[in-house]
Amino acid sequence: MAKNKTKSPASIGREQWLRFYRQMLKIRLFEEQVNQLYMSAKMPGLAHLYIGQEAVAVGVCEALRADDYITSTYRGHGHCLAKGAAVDKMFAELLGKVNGYCRGKGGSMHIADQERGNLGANAIVAGSTGIATGAAMSAKLRGSDQVAVCFFGEGALGQGLLYECMNMAALWKLPVIYLCENNLYNEYTHYSETTAGEIEARARAFGIPTESIDGQDVELVHKTLQRLVERARQGDGPSFVLCSTYRFHGHHVGDIDRAYYRAKKEEEEWKSKRDPVKLLTDKLLRLKIADPKLLQKIENETRREIEDGVQFALNAPYPDPDEVDQHVYA
Amino acid sequence: MTTKQAALIGGSAREITFGQAINEALAEEMRRDPKVFILGEDVAEAGTPFKVLSGLVKEFGKERVIDSPISEAAITGVCVGAAMTGMRPVVDIMFGDFVTLTMDQMVNQAAKIHYMSGGKLKVPMVMRTTLGATRRSAAQHSQSLHAWFSHIPGLKVALPSTPYDAKGLLKTAIRDDNPVVFFEDKMMYQQKGSVPEGEYTIPFGVADVKRPGKDITLVATSSMVQVSLKAAEILDQAGISAEVVDVRTTAPLDKETIIASAKKTSRAIVVDEGYERYGVTAEIASVIADGAFYYLDAPVKRMGAMDVPVPFSPVLEDQTVPTPESVVEMAKTLCGRR
Ligand SMILES: Cc1ncc(C[n+]2csc(CCOP(=O)(O)OP(=O)(O)O)c2C)c(N)n1
Repeated sequence: MAKNKTKSPASIGREQWLRFYRQMLKIRLFEEQVNQLYMSAKMPGLAHLYIGQEAVAVGVCEALRADDYITSTYRGHGHCLAKGAAVDKMFAELLGKVNGYCRGKGGSMHIADQERGNLGANAIVAGSTGIATGAAMSAKLRGSDQVAVCFFGEGALGQGLLYECMNMAALWKLPVIYLCENNLYNEYTHYSETTAGEIEARARAFGIPTESIDGQDVELVHKTLQRLVERARQGDGPSFVLCSTYRFHGHHVGDIDRAYYRAKKEEEEWKSKRDPVKLLTDKLLRLKIADPKLLQKIENETRREIEDGVQFALNAPYPDPDEVDQHVYA
Repeated sequence: MTTKQAALIGGSAREITFGQAINEALAEEMRRDPKVFILGEDVAEAGTPFKVLSGLVKEFGKERVIDSPISEAAITGVCVGAAMTGMRPVVDIMFGDFVTLTMDQMVNQAAKIHYMSGGKLKVPMVMRTTLGATRRSAAQHSQSLHAWFSHIPGLKVALPSTPYDAKGLLKTAIRDDNPVVFFEDKMMYQQKGSVPEGEYTIPFGVADVKRPGKDITLVATSSMVQVSLKAAEILDQAGISAEVVDVRTTAPLDKETIIASAKKTSRAIVVDEGYERYGVTAEIASVIADGAFYYLDAPVKRMGAMDVPVPFSPVLEDQTVPTPESVVEMAKTLCGRR
């Protein structure tokens, strides 16, 4: 909508392409490891895998500064890593260890990383839309040029809080970007059974500019966000981005038997044709930005990082039991 | 410290209303700290329906006294986010009944974030709201829901009963690094009391013996402090000396002062305007039973709002909350004087 008002994004350089690859692969391999930790009963609680959606988190967060804010969901490992979190401290948090990001008190569904602007994963659907909008309001009140990105699934479209927040953000021109990842399913229900009308029209009703994009294309996500982040930084207010994407695994790791809500064929189609990591690999090779040797090298390095991170977390101590009533109050 | 003592040490004595005391606390804190701002419905030019915020927008502007849409959940949520990122918001929720709409943001977000982040994130915000019946406002504008918040670890709850306490407790609330819910009795806004000119704060978790006595303890909150003080006067004429303990904050709760008073008088009634069942009175009665059991000459009694939706008709509504007369009757019974 405000396309011609803001400067067009710089074209993506080689370093940036390789960073996309490294970050997306890191999320993919991290999540595969989470799956194993969970399956081997080393990880307590629930794990909601982000595999299949990596291009969204990376495309978005690569357009942000370290001091920009994000809020995330219970499917938030990807957002957290993309915003710059360290693999070892993340694994440690997932295993409930004291040197995890939240001293083992948050776990997978509540991981936060204040130093990199990650205000936390939220296990209440749409629960963080207020926080992201408030962070944007705070940035504006403080006169900083920080921007907040609010990640949520299409299931959050059912929650009133989101609309109250979009109304305020539009009224007060807050620097917040509402980023909806439509992976087609609210838990075990196709979104078409829960979502009336047109998704974009909801944001448009508040006068919020809206973009609908392919969430499997990291370049497209990145360029769109660069434009919208710049727009928000300039003081032109909120925007809404709808990314179409797909979660390759179940709602959570235990959701194996999925035939009653989605077809094997659909899963196979997305995995074979719409895998964001494969799409990026093909592009890098096709455009000769990287050769197979370089990609292999990056993969080896990333695998080592994941392996070291897991070992660190497995060997890390649990919190002292005395910590149980610490941090109730500041 | 009692109101009288405070007036003596705190500079020149003067009488202002409860509403003015709140207004003054906000103005002083906003002058002191540019991070403090107010968000709520009709808070700016209107100064809220109770006029408690009158004049603040003139001094601090619409940037800091912000009229919001009628969106209690988002008002609260946005302030949680602002608090986490360097501001100190004061949320205004017009009627205490509307806190129902803020519950996810208060209970699942504000209260939990510090703990879930292992102490890294903080939510320094205050939610100001009202409590109290007997305004003929009926079932959706008369409830006292402070017990709900007192139930939640991570939240603090303050309930001032005098202009002096209102000012000192609100300043403490604003400076606290935790989410604080601050309940004001809407029947009390016009009540006058002495408030010193000088700057002072009142620590949380410190109860105030509003009236010393030796035969029975009346532990009271907010609106019920005045009711208990009146009851104590009537009891005095009947030869019963009642001590009135104002808890001032239910979370944290000053157990020591309550227990010490019950030990001293050997009888206790807990008086609160929240619904009686599962309420604040139950918690305080249990504190007394635990801490002073062997000193008690009678079981601890509880008096709260009747467990009915608040009715409109004056003859019905007046029955639903404790009155000085009903407290007197209960006290006489406990003292074996009936
Ligand atoms: C307020 C609330 N209601 C219900 C749930 C239970 N729940 C967890 S995930 C989920 C589905 C959310 O789907 P979506 O927002 O599309 O996110 P996705 O899982 O696709 O990432 C539900 C209903 C919840 N966590 N919060």
